[in-house]
Amino acid sequence: MSEQIINSPCGVKGTIGFYPGCSLKGSSSEYAQSVLAVAKAFDIELQEIQDWNCCGSTAAHNLNKELALSLSARILALSEKQGLTEVVVPCAACYNRLTVTQHELNNDAALKQRVCDIIDMPIKGNLQILNVMQMIDKYVADRLEEKVTTPFGHKVACYYGCLLVRPHNILQFDRLEDPQSMDILMKRSGAEPIEWGFKTECCGAGFSVSRTDVVAKLSGNIVKDAADRGAEAIIVACPMCQSNLDMRRPQINEYLKQKIDIPVIYITQAIGLAVGLSPKEVGLQKHFVPAQFA
Amino acid sequence: MSKIGVFICHCGENISATVDCERVAAEAGKMDGVEFATDYKYMCSDPGQTLIKNAIKEKGLTGVVVGACSPRMHEPTFRKACAEAGLNPYLCEMSNLREHCSWVHEKNEQTTEKAIDLVKMLVEKVKKNKPLNAIKVPITKKALVIGGGIAGIQAALDIANAGQQVIMVEKEPSIGGHMSQLSETFPTLDCSQCILTPRMVEVAQHPNITLYTYAELEHLDGFIGNFKATIRLKAKSVDYKLCTGCGACTTKCPNKKIPSEFNEGLGMRTAIYTPFPQAVPNKPVIDRANCTYYQKGKCKVCEKVCPTGAIQYDLPDQFITEDIGAVVIATGFNVLKTDFFPEYGYGKYADVLTGLQFERLASASGPTLGEIRRPSDGKVPKKIVFIACSGSRDPAKGIPYCSKICCMYTAKHAMLYQHKVHDGESYVFYMDIRAGGKNYEEFVRRAIEDDGVNYIRGRVARIYEKDGKYIVKGADTLLGSKPVEIEADMVVLATAGVSNPGAEELAQKMHVSYDAYKFFAEAHPKLKPVETNTAGIFLCGACQAPKDIPETVGMASGAAAKVIGLFSNNELTREPLIAVVNRSAPPVFSTCVGCFMCQTACPYNAIEREEIKGRDGSVIKTVAKVNPGLCQGCGTCVAFCRSKAIDIQGFSNEQMFAEVMALMNE
Amino acid sequence: MINNQKSIHELQLHTGVNVNRCYQCGKCTAGCQLADEMDFPPSMVMHMLQTKDEELLQQLLNSKTIWLCISCQNCIERCPMSIDIPHIMDYLREKSAGEHKINRQSRDIVAFHRAFLDSIKYTGRLYEIGLVAGYKARTFHLTQDVVLAPKMYAKGKLPLVPEMIKGTRNIKGIFRKTAP
Repeated sequence: MSEQIINSPCGVKGTIGFYPGCSLKGSSSEYAQSVLAVAKAFDIELQEIQDWNCCGSTAAHNLNKELALSLSARILALSEKQGLTEVVVPCAACYNRLTVTQHELNNDAALKQRVCDIIDMPIKGNLQILNVMQMIDKYVADRLEEKVTTPFGHKVACYYGCLLVRPHNILQFDRLEDPQSMDILMKRSGAEPIEWGFKTECCGAGFSVSRTDVVAKLSGNIVKDAADRGAEAIIVACPMCQSNLDMRRPQINEYLKQKIDIPVIYITQAIGLAVGLSPKEVGLQKHFVPAQFA
Repeated sequence: MSKIGVFICHCGENISATVDCERVAAEAGKMDGVEFATDYKYMCSDPGQTLIKNAIKEKGLTGVVVGACSPRMHEPTFRKACAEAGLNPYLCEMSNLREHCSWVHEKNEQTTEKAIDLVKMLVEKVKKNKPLNAIKVPITKKALVIGGGIAGIQAALDIANAGQQVIMVEKEPSIGGHMSQLSETFPTLDCSQCILTPRMVEVAQHPNITLYTYAELEHLDGFIGNFKATIRLKAKSVDYKLCTGCGACTTKCPNKKIPSEFNEGLGMRTAIYTPFPQAVPNKPVIDRANCTYYQKGKCKVCEKVCPTGAIQYDLPDQFITEDIGAVVIATGFNVLKTDFFPEYGYGKYADVLTGLQFERLASASGPTLGEIRRPSDGKVPKKIVFIACSGSRDPAKGIPYCSKICCMYTAKHAMLYQHKVHDGESYVFYMDIRAGGKNYEEFVRRAIEDDGVNYIRGRVARIYEKDGKYIVKGADTLLGSKPVEIEADMVVLATAGVSNPGAEELAQKMHVSYDAYKFFAEAHPKLKPVETNTAGIFLCGACQAPKDIPETVGMASGAAAKVIGLFSNNELTREPLIAVVNRSAPPVFSTCVGCFMCQTACPYNAIEREEIKGRDGSVIKTVAKVNPGLCQGCGTCVAFCRSKAIDIQGFSNEQMFAEVMALMNE
Repeated sequence: MINNQKSIHELQLHTGVNVNRCYQCGKCTAGCQLADEMDFPPSMVMHMLQTKDEELLQQLLNSKTIWLCISCQNCIERCPMSIDIPHIMDYLREKSAGEHKINRQSRDIVAFHRAFLDSIKYTGRLYEIGLVAGYKARTFHLTQDVVLAPKMYAKGKLPLVPEMIKGTRNIKGIFRKTAP
């Protein structure tokens, strides 16, 4: 491990890689903003992977498996080239694609060779890929409670979606059904996480544009259950989930025949507020469903 | 000077079709030391045996070789014939001309030559044979039954009623096992306790049965007919000689919030407790881990209220050792708890129950006195879902097998529910209905046709709670896999039957094998279902695999019959083909140098240490000694012995060499 | 019925799934959130494959199901036999696209995926305006979400200029080398 840090071109010891992914550069810029703000608040130094590309997301996965693997593999290879041993991936979809790709390549030497040939770069395959909860758990852990200045005193529904927890044997993150890591972090930030029924049900993911009706239904069920149980906010860690639950709210409300105005915010936004960052610093104004917490 | 007789059998045409039997006999007649040789169509028949007997008497034979089939088939036959003619039976050997020659070769010259060689080898061997006597081992006519559920009870009563002594060991404070927890039993719906408790009382009162409750097997030594069992009698903290079972202590115990094991956590018990009203023995024990006095040093309420002064806080665990002749393992099974199922809520939902918990709800002696009520709020559930195969037939969860009893008890549960809640709706999610058994299929049909239970073919993907209802998401695979959602008030999981937590440890204590799921292994899946691979240890009931009451009882009687059969003899006869350490005159005593390599090699713990003492009692030499009761004659020790001091009787190195040399000296 | 052992064998070769392991419990369908929308729910897909009937296979390649599967992985995680249904769906999708058998009503979904990949192909990253423009060009859903884009732009969620990465040649190479 130490060897790689020494060999790295711009390697600063203790620096953690950061893969924002496309959504965080565009429609979910507030997620990137809040991740970086929270990292800064906890003195976690993040180093963006240079010249990163899109992981291919569902589109590549659906149409061309080899393309999907290769696009993700290029990101892994770039990280390694940069001397990183650990990369934080806030987007659940990217986190999932990168972790699954590394797993598949490590379990099939011939496939690994083929993919390395395609991307024209070598891959070792020993990168530690962390989602945001894992990052906070690893680098902040019990310091979180000390840092909380304005407890996030609201009832929250922690929504994990599919991509953080499945496939469980590969991701090895939290438990498969009824995961707890977000709930624990939110509790530590002063919130009151609720028991509810849709923590890991799918929001409709990539159907946002092509089958908005499906998203309205699937996301609608999620929003309704959270609202029915008195949640004041839905906490997410995935830009796709966020945009489906937030931007598609008109369609959701139409499907539900009910006006639900429960805001959907990123876990880093909630934690950011709890440790004293301003709503603006975590990009709370960027949501479609107004998110104001007095 | 040897006088060997050789008898070649045609085995009808089995041998003579490819082997020239007459020529084999003629060639054998020319062999060194052979006094008489002949052939016959059926040597095992009465005339064939008479032929051998007459030759022994007339020719004064000192050894016999029968060239015929496998010794597994007819060695006892020919040895018996020899013994009847006055020849030591172990001077008779069989040469396998059928399996080893005629069946596996074409008819030609070489086949006959091979047969001649096979006979020649045995002729050379038998010249070195020594007369041997069968080993007699005495039998201790007392059986140990481990486990006091219906399997153990049935086995113990059968053995005791045959006039033999039984020791029963039960780890709980009362016998009765899981059957005592059941409400009513399929397919007749008779009350479980009503048919069981008389049996429990019979065990307690039987003059031939010694009952140790709150006890566990600590250690088992020895071999068939001669085991030594060490039993731990866990401290009950109550002197049973003084206790009258009045119940004053259990009513007054201030610590009343301990989940009752008997009620599967649906009711509470006190720290000093009898598990249930009909317990046998009906006397309490103190659960020290939950007792205020043991944990905090203060309380002693039970001692104050006990009218006979039976409470004794400082009683320690006791160990007793018993000589026994046979063991019956009847330790039963367990069921998975609801926390095993992530998709059904990890056990966090109060009204998602196991089948065993439902039994307690349905039982008149249960926490609701037989009314079906939700543990969460006491309401009567108007819509109930039963999920079959919860954990069973689920390789992903590590349980590929069918638990066998769930289809039937689920039908029973749904039926009992409909009988008790007339306006209720019940649904059973199932994959297949396995109702093989007398009146079983009829029972399931009755649930569906007469009681209106809704059977839906499909498995449930998940359950979540909303507004006090449990949303059950299933599919109806008979409607083109249509997703089905039911808002239930209660869900009962027919959780898989699994082995008891201590099964593996117990199996290792007794040296019996077990399967991948820690169920005890029978010696043969068809022909030896109640035997284990260790002679003298039998098994019955659900400790071997999940099974229902009729099957358990049948198996228990089977195991009992085996024990009774064993005990019908005063001593065991064993083949003397075992290892012996040689002995010679002083000052050598034995070529054994006492390295005890054999002891480490022996898989049967049959090698002991023997001290050879002088007249003054001082130890001159320590040598190995083989326990004839334990030795199985495998020969591992012979291979390990550096000083050639150990040998197998009937298969000595000398005999083996003679056979090989017979071939080499061609 | 035309028995097509070969197709199933090929499926097993590519996905590692032995379709005969499915014992039709229906748990996948029970947990599938899209099952209601599908023409063939997942457990029925498995049974159709088990029959080895060529006609049923063709129906699957032409189905809505394979494009509605969202790869949420609930089915495999809950499957008692751990059958990798998402992998089978991947395989059927690739086969369907390769054989030009994409279901008529599912073309919007495929169009979106293709527009998405086009965007990556030229810039290395997803360019959301480009994606939507590409999707609309492919589907003629010209007025869809017209109210959303200005709002997104106003909230700083929609950059007008695509971010080009340096390694676009590398990316194009990847697309070329993995082209079906």
